[in-house]
Amino acid sequence: MTDTSVPKIELRDVRKSFGSKHVLRGVDLKVPKGSSLVIIGGSGTGKSVTIKCVLGLLAADSGQILIDGVDITKLGSRKRDEQMKKFGMLFQGGALFDSLPIWENVSFGLIHGHDMPRDQARLAAIEKLKAVGLGANVADLFPAELSGGMQKRVSLARAIAVNPEIIFFDEPTTGLDPIMADVINELIVQCVKDLGATALTITHDMASVRKIADYVAMIYEGKIIWSGPVAELDHSGNPYVDQFIHGRADGPISRATAA
Amino acid sequence: MSEIAPTAARISQKSVSAVLDLCATVGHSVMRFFGSVGRLTEFAAKAIAHIFMPPWFFKQIGRQFVDIGYYSLAVVGLTTLFSGMVLALQSYTGFARFNAEGAIANVVALSMTRELGPVLAGLMVAGRIGASIAAEIGTMRVTEQVDALTTLSVNPYKYLVVPRVLAGTLIMPVLVLVGDIIGIFGGFIVAVFRLKFSAYAYVEQTWNFLEPIDVISGLIKAAVFGFIVTIMGCYNGYNSDRGAQGVGAATTNAVVSASILILIFNYLLTQVFFS
Repeated sequence: MTDTSVPKIELRDVRKSFGSKHVLRGVDLKVPKGSSLVIIGGSGTGKSVTIKCVLGLLAADSGQILIDGVDITKLGSRKRDEQMKKFGMLFQGGALFDSLPIWENVSFGLIHGHDMPRDQARLAAIEKLKAVGLGANVADLFPAELSGGMQKRVSLARAIAVNPEIIFFDEPTTGLDPIMADVINELIVQCVKDLGATALTITHDMASVRKIADYVAMIYEGKIIWSGPVAELDHSGNPYVDQFIHGRADGPISRATAA
Repeated sequence: MSEIAPTAARISQKSVSAVLDLCATVGHSVMRFFGSVGRLTEFAAKAIAHIFMPPWFFKQIGRQFVDIGYYSLAVVGLTTLFSGMVLALQSYTGFARFNAEGAIANVVALSMTRELGPVLAGLMVAGRIGASIAAEIGTMRVTEQVDALTTLSVNPYKYLVVPRVLAGTLIMPVLVLVGDIIGIFGGFIVAVFRLKFSAYAYVEQTWNFLEPIDVISGLIKAAVFGFIVTIMGCYNGYNSDRGAQGVGAATTNAVVSASILILIFNYLLTQVFFS
């Protein structure tokens, strides 16, 4: 399943600062093809910035970001757009287009990015909605008419609609009740498996980590301080990881930086 | 202790540091100003470049034409109607002192087409459209919908900025032309029904007096103002800070900066056309 020679995603010494604030201080990361890697870490440690740099929403100051061995930070805008078609992203707040009905949200990438005719796109959208456990009856509703959990599902359907090779999940369970969170986790595992996609997730929800991760990496102060298979998470021997996964207030991670 | 230090030295040190502080503040503001002018110019250049590059989102462009053009008709129409009416009334009371009441038709037509039509319509549209563009794009930015567009292989400039800027620039001259006509009609109503002018003479005088350049200069102004309003709305919304406060500030900035720029460019364009 994993091709170890060329990782699907590789970050080499990626750095990013906002003014005098150094958010990423040299992130190194490898995600093998077809696997699911979860980045854990407190708020403000650089998780979101990492994922946005890979997606190209933010430009890294230095370092390399390789997708299938190609450094995307050096690509021209057109080739970069091609790369973008390999990506799907589930945003933390859903980020559904509130001026469009659900089915157009789901098939947005198909209609505009892949030039699919609208009637065909509508059928494809209903198919994807079914895959995330929603009926065809929600297709003509608007995002504001759905509950938070349903919006997350629609957002997931939108992320997988273009059959991406890589899917990014930004805090997929934040703001959901524990049962809905578990439903979403299971859907994520299912969708990633069905697509044979590579997944990169950021979260601080440990239940989510244990459910969806093949590999775990912990980010702290802009660097990856530990990474390994999820099975080794409990025996990492790293005091930072131990403190984080057990959610202890005292430990090497001071509260000032974790806040 | 500070009491030991000579007083004169202390005062000079204090004044030096005060001057330095002042320089730093002024310097920072100047740098910030030029920084934002640079960013705005880059944004506008990018927006214009994307206008000429496919793909085009025709449905979005059409929607903006309706939003900016059609739905602004009532506001622009009312504004210019009453402006034309008050113009006739004021110039009558003013010109009566010199027995020059006959010039009302000329004054109304000239002020309406050259100045009041484009400027008033520009300011009203800045309030109506500039604010709504900034609030809409700002909210989309804050809720990551702008980022979501990018991840779905759709360029936000093409999907959000181009339709608004294109529609604003092209439809504003049409709005102003309609406004000109309504404004002149407003002057006509007051002149004929209140001041008892001859309807035929009023219309004939207006028609004979107006030069094409009067109308055309106003319409060119209108296109520039349409561009200013939409680009300021898009720019401020696109760069909105997080949260409700960020969107609020973006909306305010969009309207205020567009209004000021309209007045500045109005002067500059008038200078270009009539000097």
